[in-house]
Amino acid sequence: MTSLVVVDHGAGNLVSISQGLAASGARVEISADPAVIANADGVVLPGVAATATVMGGIIAGGLAETLQSLQVPVLGICVGMQVLFDRSEEDGARCLGVIPGVVRRLEGTPRLPHIGWNDVDGSHPLLVGTDRTFYFVHSFAPVPEDADVIIGLTDYDDVFVSAVASRNFFGVQFHPERSGSAGLRLLANFVSLCAEVSFASYASDPPTRCDRRASGQGRQFHRFAG
Amino acid sequence: MVKGVNFIALRDEGDPVELASRYASEGADEITFLDIGAAPEHRATMLDVVRRTASEVFVPLTVGGGIRSPDDMKAALRAGADKVSVNTAAVKDPSLLEACSSRFGRQCVVLAIDARRVNAGPFDGSWEVVVVGGRERTGIDVVEWARRGVELGAGEILLTSMDRDGTQDGYDLDLISLITESVEVPVIASGGAGSPADFVAAVSAGADAVLAASLFHREQMTIADAKYALAAAGFPVRTAA
Repeated sequence: MTSLVVVDHGAGNLVSISQGLAASGARVEISADPAVIANADGVVLPGVAATATVMGGIIAGGLAETLQSLQVPVLGICVGMQVLFDRSEEDGARCLGVIPGVVRRLEGTPRLPHIGWNDVDGSHPLLVGTDRTFYFVHSFAPVPEDADVIIGLTDYDDVFVSAVASRNFFGVQFHPERSGSAGLRLLANFVSLCAEVSFASYASDPPTRCDRRASGQGRQFHRFAG
Repeated sequence: MVKGVNFIALRDEGDPVELASRYASEGADEITFLDIGAAPEHRATMLDVVRRTASEVFVPLTVGGGIRSPDDMKAALRAGADKVSVNTAAVKDPSLLEACSSRFGRQCVVLAIDARRVNAGPFDGSWEVVVVGGRERTGIDVVEWARRGVELGAGEILLTSMDRDGTQDGYDLDLISLITESVEVPVIASGGAGSPADFVAAVSAGADAVLAASLFHREQMTIADAKYALAAAGFPVRTAA
């Protein structure tokens, strides 16, 4: 069974995320223990709070390095996605820096914070089977350095980046755990992705696996990068 | 952009978890729990309701009633709330809004304002903030308070017309226009919904979301009726549950 960890850094809607993942048949553990996080088949990084609060929790818990060096699929949600980037304009917070880019305040939008249901334009496997309408509640969004990591865009007068994928790191600006059946399907897609990767690493011949580990490179997710 | 968001409040009518689940499956875009009593002993019950709801209902949850400190807010968020609304406590100590928004981000701080129209005296025709479930007057002008609340950190305003609340005579459209023109954050209109046309009127007046409670609890109309009317009037709505 695919074993997932929802990172408990002190801020985030852990209940719904865990239930949503469990509904897809994953074994879900909520944890702040670096060893538990490092051994998961997949990791979800939630975030309902100010960026500085989330980063503060990650640093205080000694989790930054663990998260940065994860090789399994990681899904950042809302602020949990924003902290994957280099830094955020919100409080000027320095972030994990696993995806190059910054997080900026939305501009030219009718109202901020942006609260409500909007469409995500994209065709990434994470979005497959959803109606692509998700719930947002945020004022900031990422501006990736490399446009290739963008897998979803949303039009709120200003078009912003609503979903990203870079190597094994995935992120969504919206809240799948709050987006009804579409969100549950996205979480299920993420569980499938973790299961595939988990199975692949189990089934792949040991030398390859060791080589990858030894070379210190993250697994590539070309199928999921576009 | 989905504009005519439909928004449901639950106020101690029936089993709240069951109701929330039903409304979510019927297409509610958000669920709000307002514990009007909000005595300290109610809060544990409320958090338990939120926790149970969050584990089976996958739409946004706003929780309000009795939130007096950032720690109260944290407890609600930990239980599974996405947004927390403050009302009386913020009027008594406006710095609560600053404290909550700097810690959790303004996007999850909702300022609930209960407004009553002033019909005499020098402020005739304006709206006054009332607190403690509408029982206490404050002498504070609603526009002033909305602006100040947003400056201090409120990310959304839940605007209830106490004149219309429970009457089903329709939302107070003048109040909605006034407040949506005065602040940049989203405004949820509440109080007075009695028919699908009322939802359309509130959104036309500028509301970013519309809230109704008794209308749905008593099954006088369905969420789908409201959404159908909004869609027919040209407002985009979310159709999937």
